Amino acid sequence: MDLFDMKMPDQLIVWGNPLINGAWISIILVTLGIVFVLTKYKKWRWLWDEWLTTVDHKKIGIMYIVSALLMLFRGGVDALLMRIQLALPNLEFLDAQHYNEIFTTHGTVMIIFMAMPFLIGLMNVAVPLQIGARDVAFPTLNAISFWLFFAGALLFNLSFVIGGSPDAGWTNYVPLAGEELTPGIGINYYLWGLQISGIGTLATGINFLVTILKMRAPGMTLMRMPMFTWSTLITSVIIVFAFPVLTVALALLTFDRLLGAHFFTIDGGGMPMMWANLFWIWGHPEVYIVILPAFGIFSEVISTFARKRLFGYSAMVVSIVAISALSFLVWVHHFFTMGNGPWINSVFSITTMAIAIPTGVKVFNWLFTMYKGRIEFTTPMLWSLAFIPNFIIGGVTGVMLASAPADYQYHNSYFLISHFHYVLIGGTVFGCLAGLYYWWPKMFGFKINERISKWAFWVFVIGFNMTFIPMYLVGLKGMPRRIYTYREGLGWTGLNFIETVGTFVMGAGFVLLVWAIIYSIRHAKRDYESDPWNGRTLEWAIASPPPHYNFARVPRITGQDPLWRAKKKGETIFEEKTPLKPIHMPNHTGIPAVMAGFWFVAGFGFVFEWIPVGLAGILGVLLCMMWRSLTDYHDHHEVPVTELRDAAAEEIKNAGGRSARGVVNDG
Amino acid sequence: MAELDQKVNLPDFPEYQTEDGRLKIFGFWVFLAAEVVLFSTLFATYLVFKDQTAGGPTAKDLFEVKEFMAETLILLTSSFTCGLATLKMRLGQKKGVLMWMGLTLLLGLGFMVMEIGEFIKYVGEGATIGTSAFLSAFYVLLSTHGVHVSLGILWVSLLLIQVVKRGLTPITSRKLFIAGLYWHFLDVVWIFVFTAVYLTGLVS
Repeated sequence: MDLFDMKMPDQLIVWGNPLINGAWISIILVTLGIVFVLTKYKKWRWLWDEWLTTVDHKKIGIMYIVSALLMLFRGGVDALLMRIQLALPNLEFLDAQHYNEIFTTHGTVMIIFMAMPFLIGLMNVAVPLQIGARDVAFPTLNAISFWLFFAGALLFNLSFVIGGSPDAGWTNYVPLAGEELTPGIGINYYLWGLQISGIGTLATGINFLVTILKMRAPGMTLMRMPMFTWSTLITSVIIVFAFPVLTVALALLTFDRLLGAHFFTIDGGGMPMMWANLFWIWGHPEVYIVILPAFGIFSEVISTFARKRLFGYSAMVVSIVAISALSFLVWVHHFFTMGNGPWINSVFSITTMAIAIPTGVKVFNWLFTMYKGRIEFTTPMLWSLAFIPNFIIGGVTGVMLASAPADYQYHNSYFLISHFHYVLIGGTVFGCLAGLYYWWPKMFGFKINERISKWAFWVFVIGFNMTFIPMYLVGLKGMPRRIYTYREGLGWTGLNFIETVGTFVMGAGFVLLVWAIIYSIRHAKRDYESDPWNGRTLEWAIASPPPHYNFARVPRITGQDPLWRAKKKGETIFEEKTPLKPIHMPNHTGIPAVMAGFWFVAGFGFVFEWIPVGLAGILGVLLCMMWRSLTDYHDHHEVPVTELRDAAAEEIKNAGGRSARGVVNDG
Repeated sequence: MAELDQKVNLPDFPEYQTEDGRLKIFGFWVFLAAEVVLFSTLFATYLVFKDQTAGGPTAKDLFEVKEFMAETLILLTSSFTCGLATLKMRLGQKKGVLMWMGLTLLLGLGFMVMEIGEFIKYVGEGATIGTSAFLSAFYVLLSTHGVHVSLGILWVSLLLIQVVKRGLTPITSRKLFIAGLYWHFLDVVWIFVFTAVYLTGLVS
């Protein structure tokens, strides 16, 4: 390998396919549009000061969520393209190569760049508020996490227009993904996009673990924490123990491809199965990283809108912990058919089925929480209610798949595809949307229009079932995943056609959702209500949107659902008699965004195997870290008491003179 | 007495004095837990591949007791000197910190020189990362450790500049303490390298 050989790939700028040409044109137009608007309204300064340099967990959360919604759109378009191609037999809308690229990017984008950032965004918005903290433990690191995710996502999403997409599936199995069978740079995009954003995710895990363990308000013992905070804590533990394995797996494959190492090649003594094992030792815990926070959201929403405290709180906690432990013991069920032998398959069948037990406990707890509750059918509650039956369909078919002998029939068929879409959409996506609706008024001070949202909900859920129920059936009829077309006369045509129609109905649901958001941004009344849902937890005790320091006074917690208890007793959870004190808050900093920029350069260089560019990027990253080390001595500022007092007055004004709990009556 | 005078404003356990310091130390322990997982994965990979030599040189052909013993002793000594530097930091003795930490850096540098020399020698004998799965796993495990040590050298040098400029404060003490945790951790990893790679390689 010549260090300075900057060879060009076959096609640096991908051009020719009408779909990709269209994407190019829209990318350029959208970019120009954004630049134009920012320049015309003189918003560059605002963008830099308020967003790009922010270390405020609430703003970082909002940036995560906006990015995740964009990725949901991108992954959704991929899905529509695949469904158009498969609507009828022998179509030639996409060729085989293009189809391979699209199912690869669909899966990767949806898991890594949509589901995780969406949930991490909601954690950022809600968790510090729920525990009565003024920020996360390491605010600058939190910004670095976001910008690394952003750099990784940007890199990965460029692949289809610059240099070519990865095309070995989101699981990127070798030997297919090795240098020999897939030369070129597509797979490198996968490796570096995931590597960069994965480092950010690891940092998020550490950050939230420390935040939740060390920064809870006085009186908030572990067993008084809201369930979303609990699920975030356990998710953070899983991240800390799972993500380093992904880091290693990606690095080893990078060395195979870049330096000619022999980890996964048959020649040289490597083992392709090593990839499958490493990938799924990360990959299965990853499944729980994206479902446990959703479970937490459902717990909050169901308890709030059933007006009852969560049934079986400690059983819920024990279940999450049990699931997190089991999540590391089931990875082999992803490759029962790859020759593990009956003993190993049996063990992993049993551990897999065991996960159904704590999950079942949770389902019953949600049902009992609603039992005899006064249920209010708001949009977040609708998503939570829809979650239960849909997730059970996904869960029960999961237990079917867990049976190793039966899996020899189901595996790699559309039955499996439908199973994981039922748990990932019915669980994770419904959870993200429930959380988005639930915390939206906290983020922005107004609710999303309920009428349009309910339309969006019904259209989406009907489309979802219309897509995936036929998919189970066509899977049982033997249709394998990852084929770009099929013959007539196999009995698959009708079902496939219904799936495609269903996907478009889901797409319409997404459009309605976006419309509901846009409509509400333009028309919804800004009532800035601190507690619009009659909530139970601390985030509803402060202004909407909260001041940047969250809590003018640190709350005192005497039990679960602290706000609910205080409302019942007519008390306040803030000690209003004690005088306000100045608050230490972290300064804004541009280092995270700049550092992620260097990571992007490094990633781009290594993707194209332009080593000098890659090393220059790494050098930039190191310089940023050194700069930070030398200059972090004065990275905090004080919020003066006068500002706290003004904010309190403002909140009382917004609340129409009503007592805005906790910030009034400055002594 | 001069040494005692320097101590005036520094409390006991200066690294734990600020809320921020306590959070960062705890956070770094969590980071080290993630590092344990990272190195465990690399060790597991190495153990899977250690006999997959594909006709190339084996561990027995390559490893020399004198070399890896010297590397081990140098690195273990550096952990000791690093510990002494932490003690001096707690006593508020800036000079002692600079001396022992400086010595730690020199030992770390010596270790890196030896390790790179070892790699160059192996490559000269035709044992490259592309020779066999065994060597791929060997080089990646050892280089991951080596890159960590090199970053540690860079990091500690940067901290010593800050200590010279700002003296021992709760903040510089916290930074030194965390870098110390990192340095000791790398030593622990090396003990596993010594056992799982070198000793096992010689007897198998």
